[in-house]
Amino acid sequence: MHEDANFAVEMINITKRFPGVTANDKINFQLKKGEIHALLGENGAGKSTLMKCLYGLYQHDEGQIFINGKKVEISSPNIAIKYGIGMVHQHFMLVPPFTVAENIVLGSEPTKNFMIDRKKTVEEVNSLSKQYGLNVDSQSAVQDISVGMQQRVEILKALYRGANILILDEPTAVLTPQEVDELIDIMKSLTDEGKSIIFITHKLKEVKAIADRVTVIRNGKLIDTVYTKDTTTNELAKMMVGREVILEVDKDKAEPGEVILEAADLYAKNNRGLTALNGCSFNVHKGEILGIAGVEGNGQSELTEVLTGLRKLEKGAVKLKGKNISSFSTRDIIENGVGHIPEDRQKRGLVLEFTIFENLILGNHYKFPYAKNGKMNYNKIKASARKLIKDFDIRTPSENVMAKSLSGGNQQKVILAREFARDPDLLLAAQPTRGVDVGAIEFIHSKLIEQRDAGKAVLLISLELDEILSLCDRIAVIYEGEIVDILEQEEATEEKLGLMMAGAENDKAKGDDTDGR
Amino acid sequence: MADNDKIVAEKKEENRYYKWLASMIIPVLAVITGLLVGAIFMLAIGRDPVQAYIVLFNSAFGSLNGFAETLVNTTPLIFTGLAVAFAFRTGLFNIGGDGQFLIGYIASTWLGFFFQLPLFIHLPLALLGGMVAAGLWGGFAGLLKAKLGVHEVITTIMMNYIALYLVSYLTGGPLKASGFMPATPKIADTAKLMRLLPFGRLNAGFIVALVAAYIVYYILWRTTLGYEIRAVGLNPNAAEYGGIKAARNMILAMFISGCLAGLAGVTQSLGLEFRAYQPFGFIGYGFTGIAVALLGKNHPAGVVLGAFLFGILQRGSMLMQSIAGVPKEVIEIIQAIIILFVAAEYLFTLLSNRIKKYRKETSDVN
Repeated sequence: MHEDANFAVEMINITKRFPGVTANDKINFQLKKGEIHALLGENGAGKSTLMKCLYGLYQHDEGQIFINGKKVEISSPNIAIKYGIGMVHQHFMLVPPFTVAENIVLGSEPTKNFMIDRKKTVEEVNSLSKQYGLNVDSQSAVQDISVGMQQRVEILKALYRGANILILDEPTAVLTPQEVDELIDIMKSLTDEGKSIIFITHKLKEVKAIADRVTVIRNGKLIDTVYTKDTTTNELAKMMVGREVILEVDKDKAEPGEVILEAADLYAKNNRGLTALNGCSFNVHKGEILGIAGVEGNGQSELTEVLTGLRKLEKGAVKLKGKNISSFSTRDIIENGVGHIPEDRQKRGLVLEFTIFENLILGNHYKFPYAKNGKMNYNKIKASARKLIKDFDIRTPSENVMAKSLSGGNQQKVILAREFARDPDLLLAAQPTRGVDVGAIEFIHSKLIEQRDAGKAVLLISLELDEILSLCDRIAVIYEGEIVDILEQEEATEEKLGLMMAGAENDKAKGDDTDGR
Repeated sequence: MADNDKIVAEKKEENRYYKWLASMIIPVLAVITGLLVGAIFMLAIGRDPVQAYIVLFNSAFGSLNGFAETLVNTTPLIFTGLAVAFAFRTGLFNIGGDGQFLIGYIASTWLGFFFQLPLFIHLPLALLGGMVAAGLWGGFAGLLKAKLGVHEVITTIMMNYIALYLVSYLTGGPLKASGFMPATPKIADTAKLMRLLPFGRLNAGFIVALVAAYIVYYILWRTTLGYEIRAVGLNPNAAEYGGIKAARNMILAMFISGCLAGLAGVTQSLGLEFRAYQPFGFIGYGFTGIAVALLGKNHPAGVVLGAFLFGILQRGSMLMQSIAGVPKEVIEIIQAIIILFVAAEYLFTLLSNRIKKYRKETSDVN
């Protein structure tokens, strides 16, 4: 019987199996009271599975869980909440038209005569928010507040339900660097008030900045639990991946040539009919990687779609090698030398129920030698597929395998192989490394630089600032559908970009503009 | 991890072969269950199921004539089954089979009796003319879907009624032959599909159906059009990304689907009836075609087999009624059970995919 009450949570020998995989293999995990504990691992390592066992979303097959020294069976989130465990999911679960206060009390509303006691609701939420320095406006609608604020609402939701142990699932993925700093302050003040925090992440820098201790999981197995002050990011990376990782991208100075892509004053609407691109302008040169940095939802998706003919351009002009392609169809744009790695590989990039060889010709499928007079030549198609599988190190037994049975990294390599095989003059890479393992990230990065060094133009749209900072020769920051500014790699810092991404520089720049005129 | 990927993928590939076998299991089980439930109903009304099923079996396999007649019953179902399957591959649901049937029926008949031409021109003209007319009828629904976003289920159902009353009017008025019977004049001999046997009604229409099944297979898996159609059907977003125009493929797919359903009507006239009778309602080939496509898993070979099964049941039901005294509604119950089970399998796979996806998403989040 464990009676060690120093631990808020103790998980012993947790094993969780899914058909065909062991997601957690005898994992031990201990959360001390009042500490911030990072759970580090690659995509699919088993971090979330472990936390879902703790939160009652999954039932572990073997092992035991102790909360404050007492053995517990957590069969549902309701029971987890009863034990004081709260979870903030990566994707928020809020009702957008409801106010902050309404969202926080949802499910456990204070009532008076069978009616919601609104006054009490607001009072309770305000005092809670004040206690932890969260500063939320309890009366505004969730749809009107920033993503960072929405995250605080989620944290308050957990606290309102009496959580003493908070699980934060990739909390920084949606935040600007400044918002991340604020989140760190909030987490610190929470632990000062006696709360214990587990945060799930795959970002090494954050672990160093936030956590007291870190537990590393790889392939469902516990690697180690260490004090962050006793370790380095390189060591952590090695533990996470299982081998030496080159964190720095090695590349020479760019030798930009003439302009390949000219985006002039682009306007476009999003799916809801609201303005998404609001006068967006930039150029991409031969032999350079231009990065587009920004917080998710500032027009990046629409920009990619406009450039590839998948979305209607309301106003403005797109010129490719001097030719106006604004009204070209997607096929014509491809024909004119544009390759596109789409941000959502499963939705856009692949037909999952197609085989690898069928996916490798998507967009080229009507061209010789793959087809002639409308008849497919599957011998040629398969031969070329086998070559691409080899060249791009796609891990598969054969070209006849369905795309859906490949891992995320290998799916991305299929797309990469296809787009590179076109030998495009302009490569549009939207979030090319999202959700792929570190090995594949290194590979994709080196391929992008290879493309640049071969004298092609590369436009990289990414939410990962690290990726942008290490790969790009010039960095454009997009905010609310506009390019705020374009910086050279040398002058760009995380802090500078962060401010611009949050729109701060934007207002200042505009002010300067009008002053100058 | 990489090796792991490889093993998993290898297993998946092996699976493809017995997956194909496994794909046969559910339809076969569905048929057996259907027959068993049918037997229970027969027992309940005091009839002998064994005798009834012997009659059913003999109706199709007891004599050459019976077998040939079964193929006659099978022919239109192959066409409408292919029509539904083809549209479905593009992600469209063609419920307009009955309307397209009628358009093919009347157009080929008109071409058959209006012209006097040598056989080698007249027959192809009537055959292809009727087919294309039905194709345009179906393609129009595709056009409305592609250009205006009107759902094809609504338009094809409504166009069924337009076709019904149009053909009803034509056969009762402008195209009516003299006499009391509400029907068109007989078509010229040069427009008739030749009989395949010295007796019975089996005609070249059956051959046309088998050829159509092969052509559908060829289009889907051997041409760029088929590649595009399947891509649009499986993932329209990815197809669009690959420069494939979904709208164009939808119109084309509905045109081809209409052509296929129309051929059912064409062979009905040129191979069996040699004139167009005024319809009193839908014969229901279009609807049965949905069941056939479902049973055949939208694959041309499966459609041919499914159509054959329904052909046996339809012909057998008449004989079961007259010889074994089993009401033909029992056969309808059997058909319904088969469809139910096959559809339930779709529901089952849909559900298990959802669960898999959910699991994947939740474990992906880390």
